[in-house]
Amino acid sequence: MLVQLTKRTLVLLVSLGLASAMVFWFLSVLPGDPAQVALGTGATPEAVAEMQERFGTDRPLTVQYLDWIGGLFVGDFGVSYVTGATIGPLIIDRLMVSLWLVGAGMLVALVIAVPLGTLSAVHHRRPLGTVLAGVSQVGIAIPNFLAGILLIGLVAVSWRLLPAGGWVPPAQDPIEFLRRLLLPALALGIIEGAVLARYVRSTVLNVLREDFLRTARAKGLTPARALVRHGLRNAAVPVVTILGLQLAVLLVGAVVVERVFVIPGLGSLLLDGVANRDLLLVQGVVMVLVLAVLVLNYLVDVLYTALDPRLRAAA
Amino acid sequence: MSADALAAAHPQDPSVSVLEVRDLTVATGGHTLLEDVTFSLGPGERVGLIGESGSGKSLTALAVMGLLPEGLTAGGTVQLRGVETDLLRIGERERSGLRGRRLGMVFQEPMTALNPLMRVGHQVAEVLRIHGTVDDREDATRRAQQLLADVELPDPVRIARRYPHQLSGGQRQRVMLAMALANGPDVLICDEPTTALDVTVQAQMLQLIAAGVADRTSGLLFISHDLPVVATVCERLLVLYGGRIVEAGPTHQLLTRPRHPYTEGLLAASDLEAVDDQGRLPTIPGAVPPDGRFPSGCVFRNRCPRGDEACTVWPGWTGREDHGVACWYPSGAPHG
Ligand SMILES: Nc1ncnc2c1ncn2[C@@H]1O[C@H](COP(=O)(O)OP(=O)(O)O)[C@@H](O)[C@H]1O
Ligand code: SF4
Ligand SMILES: [Mg+2]
Repeated sequence: MLVQLTKRTLVLLVSLGLASAMVFWFLSVLPGDPAQVALGTGATPEAVAEMQERFGTDRPLTVQYLDWIGGLFVGDFGVSYVTGATIGPLIIDRLMVSLWLVGAGMLVALVIAVPLGTLSAVHHRRPLGTVLAGVSQVGIAIPNFLAGILLIGLVAVSWRLLPAGGWVPPAQDPIEFLRRLLLPALALGIIEGAVLARYVRSTVLNVLREDFLRTARAKGLTPARALVRHGLRNAAVPVVTILGLQLAVLLVGAVVVERVFVIPGLGSLLLDGVANRDLLLVQGVVMVLVLAVLVLNYLVDVLYTALDPRLRAAA
Repeated sequence: MSADALAAAHPQDPSVSVLEVRDLTVATGGHTLLEDVTFSLGPGERVGLIGESGSGKSLTALAVMGLLPEGLTAGGTVQLRGVETDLLRIGERERSGLRGRRLGMVFQEPMTALNPLMRVGHQVAEVLRIHGTVDDREDATRRAQQLLADVELPDPVRIARRYPHQLSGGQRQRVMLAMALANGPDVLICDEPTTALDVTVQAQMLQLIAAGVADRTSGLLFISHDLPVVATVCERLLVLYGGRIVEAGPTHQLLTRPRHPYTEGLLAASDLEAVDDQGRLPTIPGAVPPDGRFPSGCVFRNRCPRGDEACTVWPGWTGREDHGVACWYPSGAPHG
């Protein structure tokens, strides 16, 4: 167990190193010198050179990279070339908002996927199973910005049940926070739930064919109780893995959903940064997104090991 | 009289069978895999079901347990002593109440038959708790440890805390046996319980099964393709081929004076002394047809050295239910 944990942690650190270098390099080779962008097209070469010196972009790329990565360790993301704002606190602020959204979206997805997937597996080859599988197919085909717009149109505009967008921090007003979180979480989670339901379905179908489930029934459990007591935890192992992979998809989805619901999350920050050609800001946000995905996958790996005793023993 | 009261009234009366299977048929979408399987099992009686792989042995066991895979349907009747309704016709809930309590089963594959995520002690305790045969959690744990000790697992307290992957195949199969015997079933079905085990631990497992059913006067249906194994455990044999019982009789008689050509073939194939002039072990010519596609008429006729025109029609059963043969030209004197 300890050996494995050390191994996984090492893999995480190496991936983080590689990812940061790639993010940095990729954004550096994009056309558009930050100093030139900051000064506009009319600037003299002298002014640009002076600005480059102030930004530090005149130094070799390796030095710039080491400087940037060194800062990240202490939470210093640098200062925006465009607005002059300190990037670190801005990212943390927006990250909190996005985490609420992604977390709530994942919860919605699970609440949909587990019963839907399990039922359609249990009723496999029967009418109900086919209908449920069809429902999740339709769900997968809907992009989540469309789901967002539909939800706003129906629930917020036509029925006036919930606000159409905006954000209230939970500490300020918990009720209003939930009212504003609900629609974007649904927009993000419904589609993801449909995707996940398919994985749940195929995993449960596999588990239903397992010998130990037959043993559970031979012991006197009804099919439903055998599935709940012996099947679901076994099915959880592969589903948790998929969940980790899908988190990345959900983060990307959040970028779009934040736009539709006017939520000041990391996604909005990223899109603003791109629009303003705020290179350092974009670099910081992308790095945080990559970090989030890698760390979450790492945690999922650990959880996976905790769920399955066989993996604990394997070196 | 309630089922349990009736069972208690004749605990060891050998004239009342605990299990009666009549004309059991299993089919899948129009294709018959098992046909007219008829046999009964007395209390404490040990009956062997033998035949090559693909003969329908597992299907027989699963049909009796009510655990046939999806898509297969069973016909005929399966009667358990004290239960008025035919087991093939009672509801799932009632049937679940009988499994694990009055019907126990050990499966062939010990590596996959236990839940990999649950400690084995917990898995044994569960079968006691499901049927309410223990007072509380502690009682169940204690009883589970005792059951593990009964199947001669060393240090049962420690074993109980293990996960299946931490046990050997033989140890897992003992856990399966402990579970199947936990509630003192009237019928224990063992489907190739030693086939997946090392030869060195087979004998021990067989002895534990025999002792387990003797302690509880459970009827035993022991399934194997291995004639010497069945012969050491069972008093009476049923020979299955092509989804049909082709011969039945006391073990000794069947081994010394087989009447069906298939039984003779099995016997010759299991005689480890006999070799042909090239030094090879004798085998039954031909092979079991795949997917249960046996010939019409006598199911053995495409492999039988004695078959002729008459054999295109199923010969039917001659003799008693527990001692007879289904063949147009059986060896030895005809039955009186
Ligand atoms: N689920 C199933 N669907 C269709 N055919 C099956 C199924 N299970 C078993 N069979 C067929 O039934 C026959 C008997 O199988 P089985 O009872 O497992 O044999 P045995 O246990 O004697 O080796 C085989 O020919 C097998 O192909
Ligand atoms: S009935 Fe005919 S084919 Fe079948 S076993 Fe007897 S002799 Fe052989
Ligand atoms: Mg079998």
